[in-house]
Amino acid sequence: MSEEVEIRDAEARAAAARVADYEHGWSSEIEQEFAPKGLSEDTVRFISAKKEEPEWMLEWRLKAYRYWLTMETPDWAKLNIPPIDYQDAYYYAAPKQKDKLQSLDEVDPEILRVYEKLGIPIEEQKVLAGVEGARKVAVDAVFDSVSVATTFRKELEDAGVIFRSISEAIREFPELVKKWLGKVVPMHDNYFAALNCAVFSDGTFVYVPEGVRCPMELSTYFRINAENTGQFERTLIVADKGAYVSYLEGCTAPQRDENQLHAAVVELVTLDDAEIKYSTVQNWYPGDAEGKGGIYNFVTKRALCQGKNSKVSWTQVETGSAITWKYPSCVLNGENSVGEFYSVAVTNNYQQADTGTKMIHNGKGSRSTIISKGISAGRSDNTYRGLVRVAPQAEGVRNFTQCDSLLLGDQCGAHTVPYIEVRNPSATIEHEATTSKISDDQLFYAMQRGLDQESAVALIVNGFAKEVLQQLPMEFAVEAQKLLGISLEGSVG
Amino acid sequence: MSLLNIENLSNAIGDKAILKGLSLSINAGEIHAIMGPNGAGKSTLAYTLGGRPGYDVTGGSVEFDGKDLLELEPHERAAAGLFLGFQYPVEIPGVSNLQFLRESLNNQRKARGQEALSGGEFIRLAKEKAGLLSLDMEMLKRPVNVGFSGGEKKRNEMVQMGILDPKLAILDETDSGLDIDALRVVGHGINSIMRKPDKAVLLITHYQRLLDYVQPDFVHVLAAGRIVKSGGPELALELEREGYAHIVEAEGASA
Ligand SMILES: Nc1ncnc2c1ncn2[C@@H]1O[C@H](COP(=O)(O)OP(=O)(O)OP(=O)(O)O)[C@@H](O)[C@H]1O
Ligand SMILES: [Mg+2]
Repeated sequence: MSEEVEIRDAEARAAAARVADYEHGWSSEIEQEFAPKGLSEDTVRFISAKKEEPEWMLEWRLKAYRYWLTMETPDWAKLNIPPIDYQDAYYYAAPKQKDKLQSLDEVDPEILRVYEKLGIPIEEQKVLAGVEGARKVAVDAVFDSVSVATTFRKELEDAGVIFRSISEAIREFPELVKKWLGKVVPMHDNYFAALNCAVFSDGTFVYVPEGVRCPMELSTYFRINAENTGQFERTLIVADKGAYVSYLEGCTAPQRDENQLHAAVVELVTLDDAEIKYSTVQNWYPGDAEGKGGIYNFVTKRALCQGKNSKVSWTQVETGSAITWKYPSCVLNGENSVGEFYSVAVTNNYQQADTGTKMIHNGKGSRSTIISKGISAGRSDNTYRGLVRVAPQAEGVRNFTQCDSLLLGDQCGAHTVPYIEVRNPSATIEHEATTSKISDDQLFYAMQRGLDQESAVALIVNGFAKEVLQQLPMEFAVEAQKLLGISLEGSVG
Repeated sequence: MSLLNIENLSNAIGDKAILKGLSLSINAGEIHAIMGPNGAGKSTLAYTLGGRPGYDVTGGSVEFDGKDLLELEPHERAAAGLFLGFQYPVEIPGVSNLQFLRESLNNQRKARGQEALSGGEFIRLAKEKAGLLSLDMEMLKRPVNVGFSGGEKKRNEMVQMGILDPKLAILDETDSGLDIDALRVVGHGINSIMRKPDKAVLLITHYQRLLDYVQPDFVHVLAAGRIVKSGGPELALELEREGYAHIVEAEGASA
């Protein structure tokens, strides 16, 4: 049956195929779809072969792998990273049928409670939690409620927007991918970027042609499909001259994932007068209240504002992961190009976050704005690390940076580490930083009006983070607000 | 029947005793005023009734609307119908008054088993109460008390009272910081919101001026952590003429 359905949505199609496979009883075969444990050239070849990649792609991966072997784990960030055994992991395990649960009853009640608080529909909950058979229902749901998805796809194609999984794009649009892949984040950039280049599993490719304004927020309907983006996600978005696109990555719902290490790479390119708005909500499993478990999230995100008047705006809400290490950055090459970074990072219990941005001003008249809101609770550590660099030839650069930290309790840490390198005297650089605590006055005032303690904390924290939250697309702003409250539960009193 | 019945209430902040066996009973339909010297414990009484952490009750009991008030969390006291007008209203950056009040009200309603108000219903209610206190609706869209003048903050407290519609309002120096016109507006506001047979008000004030608009049924003098004298409206006038010294001495209260 599934074969007959005409589905243009790549992810949905892949998902549907998987369901069909399962129904047809090919599950034993599916179970063999694992690369052998550990990391070697063979693993890289296996992945590339599975994805039916062209030769150049395999060579590229192998080059990255060989380079990675010569590198050492970075230790400069203010993070306490337990050693990772790269040989004790699987790097390719496509359809994870094996560990499906039978029903929602088997899901950690803690996680279910969060789904409920976020108001996620039952069928979506099942998919997120990895319940047997749920995918089919959800895929159907995607087609019913979101025959929208197909309509969307049609609309995108009519507009000339290419929106594919990166694996498909490598096969279907090799020239376009080749042109930009690894150009923004070179494979030798850092340890985790090199690793990603070697073994990336899948991700997204977007190309918006000249003069096209993408007719919708991309991936706002992708909560479900986010499931299999996996460990080593790779995203490349190119906005050609005068193009505009808004992309949302991630999901407010905590997701089950056995992979401890996540090392994504995201590359953005904007040509003349183009704009990309990239929003992230990151809520991977943060570990338990004692600091056991949780995802290590080591992400490299960078934008190349190549064209004049081009603009990239990063907005992120980071509440998950045991360890977060990411600096969505902008290389502002274009004259009068604009980079923006809006960030809320919440850490609770034993979480560690080291996040910020780099604004590299090479273009004349380029401008950047950095608004960072760090919220620390429990015994967590939250660091803003940011670089503003102005090249000698870049006349008339402006930057405004504001870093605010909010502390809940007195056992957590907040740190602000700004690096400013200005090699052109015409630059205007402003930096403001504040650190504050949620005051007893505020809490009592709010509670006297009828808010229980957790609602009061959530309200105050959302007020603190408002400048950033209001940058998010509407429907996610609401979920993100709830998420902040949930992430901080039990952190006061 | 008394709405609020305080018996022999003592408390301490840290190891400093502030209230020392305070008793006071307020019936529904009544307006009481408490006056007293600086540092006597008036705000402490208000905070203690509100359940502020750090204001530890060391003795006595408080019954509110048939419930043991001291057993309740601050937000439960609010939902039970207790409202504090703060002497120093608190700023909450980034949270609009409307959002703050809507969440507060709906939390209270939920606790009482009532339906939440819809956005439209809430806005209508807020408009009406803001109008009553001559506070521009635009002010309610701004963050809670941030950048408000002293008088605006006090009027905002009264708008909040109007929206939350409590059974008992304890208003701590709501008149301080108000200009002459605002004083009249606030006085009328208090009357129209709270002067009802099933409600009561405890006004904490230093001056007669607010009592000209909101006439109290009873006036009490709080000194050194206790009520040292009670009387009718004429007591406030007497205090205004003569100060506290002779009463405090006559009643043998010492700080
Ligand atoms: N947090 C605190 N720690 C220690 N002492 C406190 C604290 N808060 C209040 N006090 C003390 O308790 C006493 C009563 O203070 P309170 O604010 O209740 O007085 P008040 O009657 O409201 O005075 P005013 O008329 O000036 O407002 C004062 O001596 C004050 O210094
Ligand atoms: Mg006082």
